[in-house]
Amino acid sequence: MKVCVLVKSVIDKDSRFEIKEGLVHFDSYSDRTTNESDNYALEEALLIKESSDQDVEVVVACLGSEDSSQSIKDCLSKGADRAIHILDEKFNSLDALSISKVLKNALEEEKFDIILSGLQSDDIGNGQIGILLSEHLNMSHASLAMETELNGAEKIRVKRELEAGWFQWTTLSLPASITIQSGINKPRYASLRGIMMMKKKPIKVLSSSDIGIELNQATSLLEQSIPKKEKETKFFDGEADSFMDDLINSMANDLKVI
Amino acid sequence: MKSFVFIQSEAGVINKNSLEALCGIQKLSSRPSITAITFDEQSVETLSGYNIDRVLHLKNPLLQSYNPLAYVEAIQKIIQTEQPNLFAFGHTYEARDWVPRLSARLDIPFISDCTKIRFENNTIFTRHIYQGKIACDLTSSSETTILSIQSGSYRSDEVDSGSSATVENQEVDIVEDKRISQEDKFQESKGTVDLANSDLIVSIGRGIEKEENIPIAEELAQAIGAEIGSSRPVVDYGWVPHDRQIGSSGHIVSPKLYLAVGISGAVQHQVGMKGSEAIIAINKDKNAPIFEIADIGIVGDIFEIIPKLTAAIKEHKQKS
Ligand SMILES: Cc1cc2nc3c(=O)[nH]c(=O)nc-3n(C[C@H](O)[C@H](O)[C@H](O)COP(=O)(O)OP(=O)(O)OC[C@H]3O[C@@H](n4cnc5c(N)ncnc54)[C@H](O)[C@@H]3O)c2cc1C
Repeated sequence: MKVCVLVKSVIDKDSRFEIKEGLVHFDSYSDRTTNESDNYALEEALLIKESSDQDVEVVVACLGSEDSSQSIKDCLSKGADRAIHILDEKFNSLDALSISKVLKNALEEEKFDIILSGLQSDDIGNGQIGILLSEHLNMSHASLAMETELNGAEKIRVKRELEAGWFQWTTLSLPASITIQSGINKPRYASLRGIMMMKKKPIKVLSSSDIGIELNQATSLLEQSIPKKEKETKFFDGEADSFMDDLINSMANDLKVI
Repeated sequence: MKSFVFIQSEAGVINKNSLEALCGIQKLSSRPSITAITFDEQSVETLSGYNIDRVLHLKNPLLQSYNPLAYVEAIQKIIQTEQPNLFAFGHTYEARDWVPRLSARLDIPFISDCTKIRFENNTIFTRHIYQGKIACDLTSSSETTILSIQSGSYRSDEVDSGSSATVENQEVDIVEDKRISQEDKFQESKGTVDLANSDLIVSIGRGIEKEENIPIAEELAQAIGAEIGSSRPVVDYGWVPHDRQIGSSGHIVSPKLYLAVGISGAVQHQVGMKGSEAIIAINKDKNAPIFEIADIGIVGDIFEIIPKLTAAIKEHKQKS
């Protein structure tokens, strides 16, 4: 059985940025990290591999620039068997539909039984890729998975999160693409042994010419900006001792909450 | 311009987020024709009371309860025959589950989780990226564009009413596809706290850093007389039980005071607490989206501020 995990490297949440001429620019030394829900997706794939009596291969697929390679290596260190890195400047700022077409072309011949992905990325947050891909590859799908149960080689049962504390079990015929919600498991850390083994694991790099795709994207970016505030906020900044009396006064007299 | 709004509805109970999407379309400055489309017969009468042109009720037994493959097939056919310019959804968990598939099937873009749509020569879609820190304006050159509206971006009670909508019932053919089958919905054990009825909540976010630091926030809560709530990661890590999670997957609360410590204010969190009468946020990042909705914003390190705030509140309470 072949399980694919879609992994994205994203800019760290604490990164500083500014908006120049309608475009966001991050500090060039910003850290990158693996998208949070993708970590849970990888862990779920490794758990499937470890608990199954079948032979399971876990393949990481990542579309992203060179600085995604640390995320790929982390996945291999944790136990994925090999990786596919789709790397081409032409793929830098694609919309969700275009990304899914690139992934389709790159991954189709692998004939994966299961594709797992994080439910949405922490940067752009389209929240669509795993499901778009299910349609392109004619797979069944489920989103917001909080538990999975593989039943033999044909079916997987998935507990889907719904709003406000509700859930629903869904049974999917394989092949299936499932998007994973954070909290489904406890992602592991890489072991020293894992890091040593990682160095021997293959990473296949694919460019746009390997993939052979003409994209004709319909959506385009007009501009980026800082969102407008909805409320008048009274700010307290600086040394806590310098504003504490004012703050208590505001809480007691303006908001009347203490 | 021709627009459709999908109304998610069960036994006559219309999803609020669908109405917010309808409101967003109604407010477009060059108002398009509007068709509200639903699978739920019991919502037709309510829908016909809105200021729209048409209610389209699609009929097929396979649409009675949620199935993504049946839903995609039904709406695919409608989009192909009617070719609307805009096809809008509320950004519900259900829409998240099936609308991308519709987009791939028809090869038309789906701009998800929009906070605003407006018309200036062209339709402009605004969505937030980087967890709410940056707003992004997009356009689409596609004949049809699918969009979804983020919960809370428009007000369902501002949907315009009217009386000229025509009602159309249409049978659709759907080939049953058994690859996805759903069981009944259920709610996990409810837990013991009643956050929905708590007047004061101190809510803990990932900024608390580790489990051992939780008591710092608990002492603050005690000083105020508040219950403890939390954001999702803190529950995911197992530091706080699930029944204290605030947000779209957890509780929706509207206390007199919501004091958020180390919470960034992602939309899925805001959905759960935006209705609070007063919001105080402590965060070291002055750009954190939580400050967009806060009455009082304290910019700084929670480990420096909370102990001092706790002491000051105790002192204040002793005096008064
Ligand atoms: C479908 C879906 C459903 C979801 N449901 C929910 C839900 O129900 N509830 C929910 O909360 N989230 C939910 N989420 C997750 C949500 O998108 C965010 O990831 C989450 O709310 C972030 O939690 P946080 O603010 O605690 O963490 P972060 O976003 O990591 O924010 C931590 C904040 O703490 C600040 N900070 C760090 N250290 C300090 C310090 N020492 N002093 C002061 N400030 C500090 C940082 O500046 C940052 O702003 C959902 C997501 C999806 C996609």
